[in-house]
Amino acid sequence: MSCGEPASRLLEAYLDGELDLVRSLEVERHLAECELCAAALSSHRALRSALTDASLYYPAPKGLEHRLRTELRKGSKAAKRGAVAGWRWGAVAASLPVIAALAWALVAIPRGPSNEELVSQEVVSAHVRSLMAQHLTDVASSDGHTVKPWFNGKLDFSPEVKDLAGDGYPLVGGRLDYIGGHGVAALVYQRGPHPVNVFIWPEPDARGGADGESSLRGYNVIRWRRSGMRYWAVSDLNLPELRELAHDLQRP
Amino acid sequence: MREAARAGGEVVEARPRHDMMRLRAVRPAATLPLPRAEEFLDPSELERFERTLLPHMRAAYNLARWLTRTDQDAEDVVQEAYLRAVRFFGGFRGGDAKAWLLTIVRNTSHSAWQRGRGAGATVPLDEDTPEVEDAALGPENLLLQKASGQEVREALDALPVEFREVVVLRELEGLSYKEMAEVTQLPIGTVMSRLARARARLRLGLQERVRGGSA
Repeated sequence: MSCGEPASRLLEAYLDGELDLVRSLEVERHLAECELCAAALSSHRALRSALTDASLYYPAPKGLEHRLRTELRKGSKAAKRGAVAGWRWGAVAASLPVIAALAWALVAIPRGPSNEELVSQEVVSAHVRSLMAQHLTDVASSDGHTVKPWFNGKLDFSPEVKDLAGDGYPLVGGRLDYIGGHGVAALVYQRGPHPVNVFIWPEPDARGGADGESSLRGYNVIRWRRSGMRYWAVSDLNLPELRELAHDLQRP
Repeated sequence: MREAARAGGEVVEARPRHDMMRLRAVRPAATLPLPRAEEFLDPSELERFERTLLPHMRAAYNLARWLTRTDQDAEDVVQEAYLRAVRFFGGFRGGDAKAWLLTIVRNTSHSAWQRGRGAGATVPLDEDTPEVEDAALGPENLLLQKASGQEVREALDALPVEFREVVVLRELEGLSYKEMAEVTQLPIGTVMSRLARARARLRLGLQERVRGGSA
């Protein structure tokens, strides 16, 4: 690691807790022998501590939450009363184009075949990226009890984490990833030399389509839905073995 | 029909980029009055909405307050952001609710600006221009720890909004680079360089204030 622009960027990422273990150790080794970078780090730290002053955080005004709830519920209450006044038919008529447009959106966006294709492309890209960037896992552990809590506070759902070492698919770790503009859980399994990414996110209503499998850019992809969660498994592993992993994961 | 709606109802402002990405196919309806929440959510969904998103109201307000700079504007933005969020909640698939909400808060603040209140206040940033300040990482920076909350607030408030928002998201809201990329709709690399430049500027501004104060 040499000093200069990239090193200073790395230093900030280190301070922000954004580096994986290997890179963090690299930075720490470098800090031990480079006074310049050590000084830079302490001035980064000084700025950070200046920013921890509690007075910088603007508290929400009293009553804001109540006002929001009222505003959000205004309409619902009217709907609950159930009376169908004349003006309401007017409102219904006025909202027809909205409903039509929404129906179109529902048909055109989430249900269309292209949605599955888009997601599978994203999933495969995320898989490839995880291998290229040497950033397969954020938390490296074969212990489901370590990996599962690691996701706490990082996602607003809790993925089921199974170690399948007994079935020949040891758990390697977990990672946060990003599919369709949302944070998702990625669990990493290993079969021989082949890493397998299993992406998980909540999907209560099966809008992501039926279970199925496909192959894209040389990677096999299997998707399924179980207990309100959507799963996508991606790997360069052959299809029968990937199916076996998917099967083991679906086992209650 | 559309003409009538336009004449009778409010004309909806141009949608921010975030909305366009989510609901591209609904654009024909953009000339209609905004529908109310209940046309999208039944009561149980509304409850889920509140359970998911109201816990992040503090963060929403703090971000809005830093972006708009006044209490009243911040409250308006938060209210509008929640009403927008309720309309798009169907497209929210779980995941990071805080980042999702802050994205909408940010977009709402920015469109509030574009509507005229703060027009001209945003300056396009040239991400590639190197900053000179990075050289100024000397021991005197340790003095920054002595800066008062007031001085830090002024220095942060003096940053252009694009810089201010990344500092607020990272240092006050504790967002990760990934979440910041989602909220600002920028690539992670750009987030990192913008954050580095924002910190360098903030450091300079703060140094000036601390020195000015002690002189």
